[in-house]
Amino acid sequence: MNHLVPLPVVMPLLGAALTLLLASRPRAQRWVSLTVLTATVAVAATLLVRSSIDGPLVVEVGGWVAPLGIVLVADQLAALMLVVSASVTLCVLVYSIGQGMADGHEETPLSVYHPTYLVLTAGVCNAFLSGDLFNLYVGFEILLVASYVLLTLGSTETRIRAGTTYVVVSLLSSLIFLVAIGLVYSATGTLNLAQLVDRLDALPDDLRLVLQGMLLLAFGIKAAVFPLSAWLPDSYPTAPAPVTAVFAGLLTKVGVYAIIRTETLLFPGGRTADLLLVVAALTMLVGILGAVAQSDIKRLLSFTLISHIGYMLFGVGLSSSLGLAAAIFYVVHHITIQTTLFLAAGLVERRGGSTALDRLGGLARLSPLLAVLFFVPALNLAGIPPFSGFLGKLGLVQAGVDDGGVLAWVLVAGGLLTSLLTLYAIARVWNLAFWRRPHPDMPEPQDSVHTVRTDGVEQPYRGPDRDAHPGAMLPRLMIAPTVALVVLGLALTVVAGPLFDLSSDAADDLLRRTPYVEAVYPGGTP
Amino acid sequence: MTPNLTYIVVVGVLFAAGVTLLLERSLTRVLMGVILLGNGANLLLLTGGRAGGPPIVGTTDADEMSDPLPQAMVLTAIVITLGMTAFLLALSYRSWHLNGHDEVQDDVEDRRIMDLADRDEGPGTDDADQPDSDDQLDGDGRPDPDSRRPSAASVAAAAGERGRDA
Repeated sequence: MNHLVPLPVVMPLLGAALTLLLASRPRAQRWVSLTVLTATVAVAATLLVRSSIDGPLVVEVGGWVAPLGIVLVADQLAALMLVVSASVTLCVLVYSIGQGMADGHEETPLSVYHPTYLVLTAGVCNAFLSGDLFNLYVGFEILLVASYVLLTLGSTETRIRAGTTYVVVSLLSSLIFLVAIGLVYSATGTLNLAQLVDRLDALPDDLRLVLQGMLLLAFGIKAAVFPLSAWLPDSYPTAPAPVTAVFAGLLTKVGVYAIIRTETLLFPGGRTADLLLVVAALTMLVGILGAVAQSDIKRLLSFTLISHIGYMLFGVGLSSSLGLAAAIFYVVHHITIQTTLFLAAGLVERRGGSTALDRLGGLARLSPLLAVLFFVPALNLAGIPPFSGFLGKLGLVQAGVDDGGVLAWVLVAGGLLTSLLTLYAIARVWNLAFWRRPHPDMPEPQDSVHTVRTDGVEQPYRGPDRDAHPGAMLPRLMIAPTVALVVLGLALTVVAGPLFDLSSDAADDLLRRTPYVEAVYPGGTP
Repeated sequence: MTPNLTYIVVVGVLFAAGVTLLLERSLTRVLMGVILLGNGANLLLLTGGRAGGPPIVGTTDADEMSDPLPQAMVLTAIVITLGMTAFLLALSYRSWHLNGHDEVQDDVEDRRIMDLADRDEGPGTDDADQPDSDDQLDGDGRPDPDSRRPSAASVAAAAGERGRDA
């Protein structure tokens, strides 16, 4: 089974090369991307099953024995992240294909979209599977470079402006990560995560704290943790809807994953636990207060994204088994829900011609299906029972109460307040965009995508020169993946029991550390 | 192993200069800053390994070999920095092409929200059911795409107009 481990990285990369060769044949490009991502989902699911039965699966890349070579490790946490992220990427790909076809880009599509999207997937998978600090850096760089291209697609004025901030901030975080890698290597002489476990334990406490701080800083920027989060709501909303959706679902969570991995495997003992808890509380509250103030759906969702990163840090900061399990559960829930909400926002933009709240209204009557597609994940995000958002928050609150410390209680209160404020922010979107009378600016509903009604006369659709086609009937290929993700979000509630058991197992393995180390070095650490 | 002091000082100088340039508004200077920071990080990686002869079996004793791993990592990092430099150059060129300058600009929507907050209004609380007076409808009765994606100028104009109304 071990030979499956590199596939989630290799397949999308090969697919990217193939789609680049097929640049002039958009239909073939679409089929290649779909096949590759479907296969990735299948492989990830197999990895998850095998890793929960047999323990972590390890591959030494190129046959070079660790620590000389690079290892890829699929333990339960990595495999779970792979399954969720691959399913979400697949749904978003279908959505973007639907959008591209409806927009009439079929004749002149952006030929770089598919290759870049697949490279992004490969980068995300590589970051999850990496068993080596430098390989983790390479994974981050792969996904970041792809994200730069996706964020500035079409290079319009707003996207260039937003892209500039994003690129510079990401570059800075990568440099900090690189410096941290340099320091770790000079202090320990290795970058293999499993080997670092012993060697870091042997270092003086002060030095360990410096290394931990550097890594946390680098991952904190990527995960958009409060004082380091200002770049996110500035850059995400300008990108095309599917791109924003996949960024919101995956990129910050890769940062959270890196924090979980390094905090548990490399730096156990919770020396920065208090710092993490304080930062988590600030991230939650500042983020959600930002969301309340916004007047654009996409920006509002970006702020809720930051805010809910705080919940995951809360779980990590508690560094108890239950806290960590709840954090992992929350990551799974949040990847799905946040992506769904951004896809729904893309549909709103399509139907209403805008995502600005003061230009929308009456969408519930105009498009009941769209209303349902927004309403269900929105309530899920806010944590209404019995949705998975509620279960995740419940787990975190329980872990906080079990901890019993002052900071933990502050966090419990902060978490509940954030949940309420999320509900308020979401209710505001609902009231303004879905209830009320339809805004006079809102376009009339159209029967078909390819005609435009002017004064009662049907006119042929003029050309693919607009991002959104107000009033266009929502294409089925855009609806279907959104429905699929909403259903997936609901399914998380149904399978919450087994999923939480899985998260608990993963959390236990993380805290014990030995399963990971023994999987990489069956004969003992050199 | 004791690191070489010259290296450390050079790394410090590169980082200091890089951070200073990174704080500039002009994207070209930011780019220079990123390059300096990247070089500083690469040097820092190099200092992490042992110095010595070429790490090739047969030419050097194993005890006197330099550590090849940091060099391999620096090579990777150099390639990544090169790609990023090219991308940032393209960004600043495009920005100059579109705006006539390459300065990093403020977030327009952010300023609009601040403006709303100054006047103690929220979105949807004001003339939400009325069409905005500054909306331009184009020929086919749909809102002008430009007015949906406000540029800095149009937002400033709109804010001024609303200010006068209030």
